[in-house]
Amino acid sequence: MSSTTRNASRRQAPAGERVADWADGRLGVYSLAKSNMRKIFPDHWSFMLGEVCLYSFIIIILTGVYLTLFFHPSMNEVVYHGSYVPLQGQLMSEAFNSTLHISFDVRGGLLIRQIHHWAALIFIGGMLVHMMRVFFTGAFRKPREVNWIFGFLLLVLGMFTGFTGYSLPDDLLSGTGVRFMEGAILSTPIVGTYMSFFLFGGEFPGGDFVARFYTVHILLLPGIMMGLLVGHLILVFYHKHTQFAGPGRTEKNVVGMPLLPVYMAKAGGFFFLVFGVIAIIAAIASINPIWAIGPYRPDQVSTGAQPDWYMGFSEGLIRVMPGWEINFLGHTLVLGVAIPLIVVFPLVLVVIAVYPFLEAWVTGDRREHHILDRPRNAPTRTGLGVAWLTWYFVMLVGGGNDLWATHFHLSINSITWFVRIAFFVAPVLAFLVTKRICLGLQRRDRDKVLHGRESGIIKRLPHGEFIEVHEPLDADQLHTLTAHEQYEPAQLGPAVDENGVERQVSRGEKLRTKLSKGYYGEGNQIPKPTVEEYKEITSGHGHH
Amino acid sequence: MSNHDIPEENLPERSTAHGEVSVPDENPFADPGLPPHEHRIQDIDEGAARRSERTVALLFTISMLCTVGFIASYFAIPRDKSIFVFPIGHINAMNFALGLTLGVALFCIGAGAVHWARTLMSDVEIADERHAIEADPETKQKVLADFAQGAKESALGRRGLIRTTMFGALALLPLSGVFLLGGLGPKPEEKLRHTLWAKGKLLVNMNTDQPLRPADIPVGSLTFAKPDGLEESDEDFQQQIAKAALMIIRIQPENIKDKRELDWSHDGIVAYSKICTHVGCPISLYEQQTHHVLCPCHQSTFDLSDGGRVLFGPAGHALPQLHIGVNQDGFLEARGDFAEPVGPAFWERGAEK
Amino acid sequence: MKKLSARRRHPLAAVVVLLLALAATGGLYIAFAPADKAQADETAQSLAIDEGKRLFSVGCASCHGTGGQGTSDGPSLVGVGAAAVDFQVGTGRMPLQQQGAQAPRKKVIYSQAEIDQIAAYIASLGAGPSVPTKNQYDPKGADIAKGGELFRTDCAQCHNFTGEGGALTHGKFAPSLENVDPKHIYEAMQTGPQSMPNFPDSVMPEQNKKDIIAYLHAVNSDDTTSPGGLKLGGLGPVSEGLFAWIFGLGGLVAIAAWVAARTAKARKS
Repeated sequence: MSSTTRNASRRQAPAGERVADWADGRLGVYSLAKSNMRKIFPDHWSFMLGEVCLYSFIIIILTGVYLTLFFHPSMNEVVYHGSYVPLQGQLMSEAFNSTLHISFDVRGGLLIRQIHHWAALIFIGGMLVHMMRVFFTGAFRKPREVNWIFGFLLLVLGMFTGFTGYSLPDDLLSGTGVRFMEGAILSTPIVGTYMSFFLFGGEFPGGDFVARFYTVHILLLPGIMMGLLVGHLILVFYHKHTQFAGPGRTEKNVVGMPLLPVYMAKAGGFFFLVFGVIAIIAAIASINPIWAIGPYRPDQVSTGAQPDWYMGFSEGLIRVMPGWEINFLGHTLVLGVAIPLIVVFPLVLVVIAVYPFLEAWVTGDRREHHILDRPRNAPTRTGLGVAWLTWYFVMLVGGGNDLWATHFHLSINSITWFVRIAFFVAPVLAFLVTKRICLGLQRRDRDKVLHGRESGIIKRLPHGEFIEVHEPLDADQLHTLTAHEQYEPAQLGPAVDENGVERQVSRGEKLRTKLSKGYYGEGNQIPKPTVEEYKEITSGHGHH
Repeated sequence: MSNHDIPEENLPERSTAHGEVSVPDENPFADPGLPPHEHRIQDIDEGAARRSERTVALLFTISMLCTVGFIASYFAIPRDKSIFVFPIGHINAMNFALGLTLGVALFCIGAGAVHWARTLMSDVEIADERHAIEADPETKQKVLADFAQGAKESALGRRGLIRTTMFGALALLPLSGVFLLGGLGPKPEEKLRHTLWAKGKLLVNMNTDQPLRPADIPVGSLTFAKPDGLEESDEDFQQQIAKAALMIIRIQPENIKDKRELDWSHDGIVAYSKICTHVGCPISLYEQQTHHVLCPCHQSTFDLSDGGRVLFGPAGHALPQLHIGVNQDGFLEARGDFAEPVGPAFWERGAEK
Repeated sequence: MKKLSARRRHPLAAVVVLLLALAATGGLYIAFAPADKAQADETAQSLAIDEGKRLFSVGCASCHGTGGQGTSDGPSLVGVGAAAVDFQVGTGRMPLQQQGAQAPRKKVIYSQAEIDQIAAYIASLGAGPSVPTKNQYDPKGADIAKGGELFRTDCAQCHNFTGEGGALTHGKFAPSLENVDPKHIYEAMQTGPQSMPNFPDSVMPEQNKKDIIAYLHAVNSDDTTSPGGLKLGGLGPVSEGLFAWIFGLGGLVAIAAWVAARTAKARKS
């Protein structure tokens, strides 16, 4: 290309292209856009759950920045002289005072506060639901394990960002939660007291924790989360999205609509929809009305003191734990607090993080997976997931035991005992029931493939018999219902090798074989119909 | 346990179900390929497409009107005006107006964009090829060779002294940061063991700021007290009250089951720490018929007629009692500090004496 | 029948069946649930104590003993005072419908005149707190903020931040204080009904009680403004969490389904 033609084309190019040219010369945007502008995204409602999280995170950052303009992260005691009458003349910290100021004396301040808090609840709920979708469809399998870990870290950090955030106003409810945290830290063997004194700058509550939580809440944790989020999204783009089985959908492709224009409009539009819904909720429903709660004082308390929902399971854990305490050699081991909060609490979360690696170890499968499983086609995994959710829900019930008691006229002691038992029993039951349901659904799919779909039309045959007409499935459906893969259970292999020497079978290998049987052994999955079975039934006999 | 020895036959086969489109006669379950595109009403009927266009434009227009409404509400509505909205109740007018206009303005942009995408943009499904994530062998070989070359040129493997000292230096350096964190707070020392209570300190009523007399406290009543001299405006009020808060009840002396409790009471008046021994909530749900006190946070239940014994819940030890008596002026006073640390247990606490 | 059989495979069929089953269960429960007892009969005017004694022997003596001395089914009423009667009977807690963890608030059976008569009779058994006069509990001119502080120190541990009520042990509970007559709040503080401890004037002077009543009226009555919108029961994070899940995430999932769904095709396949 000669320089004259280049100059000519530049003169004629529209303004937008000239800007793009400028950017390309410095940032290489054309190469970047080449593979991404028409990137394909498959359509499914459950693929948008992650977007709910992304957008609510953006909303939280936008509203959070606004709130920092008015909030004073200080625990200096001041006398309230704002416009809320029932607190006039009360002593309170500057943090509480400035939160009241935002709520009553800044135009739109209350709305932004409520959007911020509602968006936080929805953000963490969205992450849990998104994670459930990824789990139950097996989207965490290779090559996406790292992204699963990123998501897991975002969930855990989100929980703690939420906790440090709702503790900032220094109100009576959140102060009670901080006291709870202090008690939990004190229960740590050996270093607990030091950790508590270092966190609070001395004795509880001290004058430092609001300022320290503030830094953690607005800078440290969101900064880390932002990094993880960018990594998460880059990996989503890099791996390309998973898809459900169907005609034309293979492990080698991704079928859907292009980013420009369809997903630009759908995903961009969805941001406004999420923001709109949260803003409307903030307009009609009150959240964390700190003026009704009052400023924090360590000698005051209210019944019904619960954390925000995502911390509810830790509240349940601690409420139902028996009060075990061991004293020896002048020391106290506070098992009643340490077991639920320092052992079980992290355990509940860590099992999420390690699951993909456990399943990969059991299957021994090192191939990439881009076609999603239907939950029914992985009965053991689905059962484990439902068992975890049941466990989580049981602990949430324990965390709200006083409200269950008052609203359903039950005894708080009975609920606590119920939760203590359900903690061990309910997940097992949930696992067994879920697995049965999955196997039943697999059988139904099998019947559908082999015998066709029940049409609901009853026919009377000439000799008087009534039959329901079964319609054969079309090729698309036949393929969709038989596209899933079924593993064989792992075998231990011969105990004696070819030279007649006894092979050393490691304990891990035995465990793996056992687990593999539990996942894929006989009775743990329904063999999908084979071509031979199908041909035998469809040739000649007709449909019954 | 490595994965290398997994026999391949345990893995399901892929070729039959995926990828190649085969003849249906041979395999009825084979992938029939992408279904042909079907037109929407908007694709074939220009009238329907026009209607969609108008709907989208209407949604965008509503959004504009709502933004104007938002600005108008911001200026026009008094900050503290309260209105009744059915079925929500009495609410702040400005919060409602701003939230609703902002919410609808946002929602309509989203709804418009999505409706546009769903009805007017092409809905032809496109298949995009995936590419292997793993590098091909040549690339891998090249990278490994480059690394080996670099490592060799650095001579890190050969110069052991450099290697050892470098790792040592890097390992030690973070200790500076750890020690800097030591400034976050003072050492605990004996601080958790002592409260403001001491011999001769009067029990002051939290409600009235007046010292209490035995006659003030009838059976069945509940009173909260703080040590004389502690004021809410004091700089360390929060830290002190977090340990010193006291609840005072009166039980018929014959109903007190614990010998020490009786000794430390005055004429049936007993004083217990208000701070739960579980994680430190101010425990005070006193049921006067049973003398049980319940913690509102985690439902630990203590028997105040039996030395503060734990009856139920996660608390690990009894509620500490304060030894009280009456001074020569007839006021209730403490006979000393609590005999044991109040509040949640901690490693250095040790057994009760 | 053909219509029905065609529709029983509808995706919503299960939901319809479930709703019908729930409605049937609820109906059965209502049919079998214990109904309110018959109302007390009307009485003519007489001397207050005599008439009160008569009312007492009919309505109360079976549990509290013929002279109010108490039995295994009910405590002694000697010395509880007129205020206790006015509270217990005036809020419908007494007479008790059935023995349980505690006597709940229910429909008031006696007229105020009858309650006064019973109160006069009980007061004659032994000295106790008398029914407060209007200027004792009238919240006018009280310090609402001070009332809030007192409420959080003395009351919120059982009755929640703004008097929504809460749970006690073994099925007992602290009732909601929403729209409770100031007189009854005053009497409850004075007499300590059932599990509740009492807060006599010696530890909580009359002015304190007024402040508390004024605070309650300000934060938990029909005129209370909830600036942020729906109060969600005033129960804090649990109801907020439920709301966020049901309306927030529920709504967003419904919207996501709309965004991702295919637009209707021109021809039905």
